[in-house]
Amino acid sequence: MEYTTKKVTLNDVHEKLGAKMVPFAGYNMPVRYSSDLEEHRTVRESVGIFDVSHMGEFLVKGPKALDLIQYVCSNDASKLAIGQAQYSCFPNEKGGIVDDLIVYKMAEEEYMLVVNASNIDKDWMWVKKQNKQFEAELENISDNISLFAVQGPDAADALQPLTKQKLDDIKFYHFAVAEFAGVPDVIISGTGYTGAGGFEIYVKNEHAEKVWNAIMESGKEYGIKPIGLGARDTLRLEMGYCLYGNDIDETTSPLEAGLGWITKFTKDFINSENLKKQKEEGITRKLVGFIMHEKGIPRAGYTIVNTEGEPIGKVTSGTLSPSMGLGIGLGYVKKEFADPGEYIGIQVRNKNLEATIEKLPLYKK
Amino acid sequence: MNFPKELKYTKDHEWVKIEGDTVTIGITEFAQRELGDIVYVEVETVGETIEHGEVFGTVEAVKTVSDLFMPLSGEILEFNEELENSPEMVNEDPYGAGWMIKVKMDGDLPSDLLSSEEYGELLGQ
Repeated sequence: MEYTTKKVTLNDVHEKLGAKMVPFAGYNMPVRYSSDLEEHRTVRESVGIFDVSHMGEFLVKGPKALDLIQYVCSNDASKLAIGQAQYSCFPNEKGGIVDDLIVYKMAEEEYMLVVNASNIDKDWMWVKKQNKQFEAELENISDNISLFAVQGPDAADALQPLTKQKLDDIKFYHFAVAEFAGVPDVIISGTGYTGAGGFEIYVKNEHAEKVWNAIMESGKEYGIKPIGLGARDTLRLEMGYCLYGNDIDETTSPLEAGLGWITKFTKDFINSENLKKQKEEGITRKLVGFIMHEKGIPRAGYTIVNTEGEPIGKVTSGTLSPSMGLGIGLGYVKKEFADPGEYIGIQVRNKNLEATIEKLPLYKK
Repeated sequence: MNFPKELKYTKDHEWVKIEGDTVTIGITEFAQRELGDIVYVEVETVGETIEHGEVFGTVEAVKTVSDLFMPLSGEILEFNEELENSPEMVNEDPYGAGWMIKVKMDGDLPSDLLSSEEYGELLGQ
C-alpha cells in the first residue's frame, strides 16, 4: 500500500538540526537529534523541547458540546472549570478503548480534544458518528495546529521571558491562553508526557517557527535541546504512562489498564454499563509496571512468567530506563500476580529474567 | 560516513576484518547510527561453531533489539568483554574498540561479502 507521509510545519528545521526523521503515525517525525540517552537526561535534569505537532486537535462547541463529550469520554468533563484540562479516554462499545486524550475546557460550551496522531482519522469518524444524536459543532483543526512540549525542571524559567502570563500560576492540568513570544492566543498548558514538569504550547502553524525559535533562544541559558520521540518514549515509560497501540487499544478495558481513575460512573457514557459490571465483578488481568533485576531489556511482545516459569501475561512496552540503568516495562498479567512486590520473570531470548512488579511511577525522583 | 577500505561488509551492516584465518566482526558506523545508543551487546556463543547467516548474538539499543548474523562460517573464539560494561564503545568506535567477536573461519570467504565501495553504494552513498 502506498501512502504519503505528512510533514510537520517545522520538518526542515528538524532536518537542519540533524534529526533522524522516521515515519511515525503517518508523519515524518524526529526520533532523535543526538542521542536518546542524552536527550532523556536533558529533560530529566534541565529542559528540552519536543515537536509533537502530529497530535490531533478537535474543537467541540455549542449547547450540546458537553453532552457529546460526556457520552464519548470515560472521565467526567462536567467537573472541568474554564482553563482546566482532563485526561480521558474514548471507550468503544466492546469493552476496549478507541483512544486516550486530553479534554480542555476553553470557554463555556467550548472544548478542545487532543488525540493521538495515529488515531486522528479513526477518532474523527468515531466522534462524528456519536455526534449524530447530539449535533454539537465539531471542527478538526489537527492540520492547523503545531504543538511543542517544553519539558523539564527548568521549563518555567526558560519560558517565562516570553510571556507576561505568570507560568508558575499554571498548575498541573491547567492552562492559560496568552500572548507568547509576541504571538497572541497561544495555549500554554501545564501538561506533558514525561513526568519532568513543564508545558505544552499550542500555536497556529503560521507562528510555529517563530515560537520554536523564541523558545530555543530563551532556553539557551538553561541548555535547552530539541528532543526526539525516542526519548519521549523512555521518559513516559519511566512514569508508567500508557501509549495507545502498545499498552491500551481496542481490546483493553480502561479498568484493566489502570485507568479506573478516569472512568467515572457519575454519568452514562459509551459502554458504561458493561464497564460498571466489570468493575463490580473484578477484572481478570491488569496492566502493571515492572523493573528488571537482571541484565536484559524487556520488549513489547515478550512473555511474562510467574516464579514457576508459567506464562501469566505479555509485555506491552519495554526499554532500558536511562535514569535507572535497568530494564523497565509495562505489561498485562493475570490479576493474582498484579500486586507490587510480586516476583515475575520476563522471557528474554528463552531465558526467564527476574523482575518485580512495582508501583507507578517506575522512576521515583 | 566512514567505511574503511581494508574491511569487508555485509548487507546486514556488519564489518569483517580478515587476518589469515582469524576474522574480527563488528557493526558499521551506519548500523550504530541507525540503532542509536547501544546499551547491551549479548554474545553467549563463544566456543560454538556457527554457520554463515545464523545468529551469533544480539545488540540492544534503547529502543530496539537486533540480531547479529554470522557473515561467514566459523568458531567463535572471543567476545569483546569490554562491551559488557561499555557498550557505548560500539557507537563511539565501531571499527576499533567497539569490535564484537573474533572468529576462526571455516572454509572460504563467502562470495556475498561487499567491498567498501559496494557497501557505500548499497547505502546510496
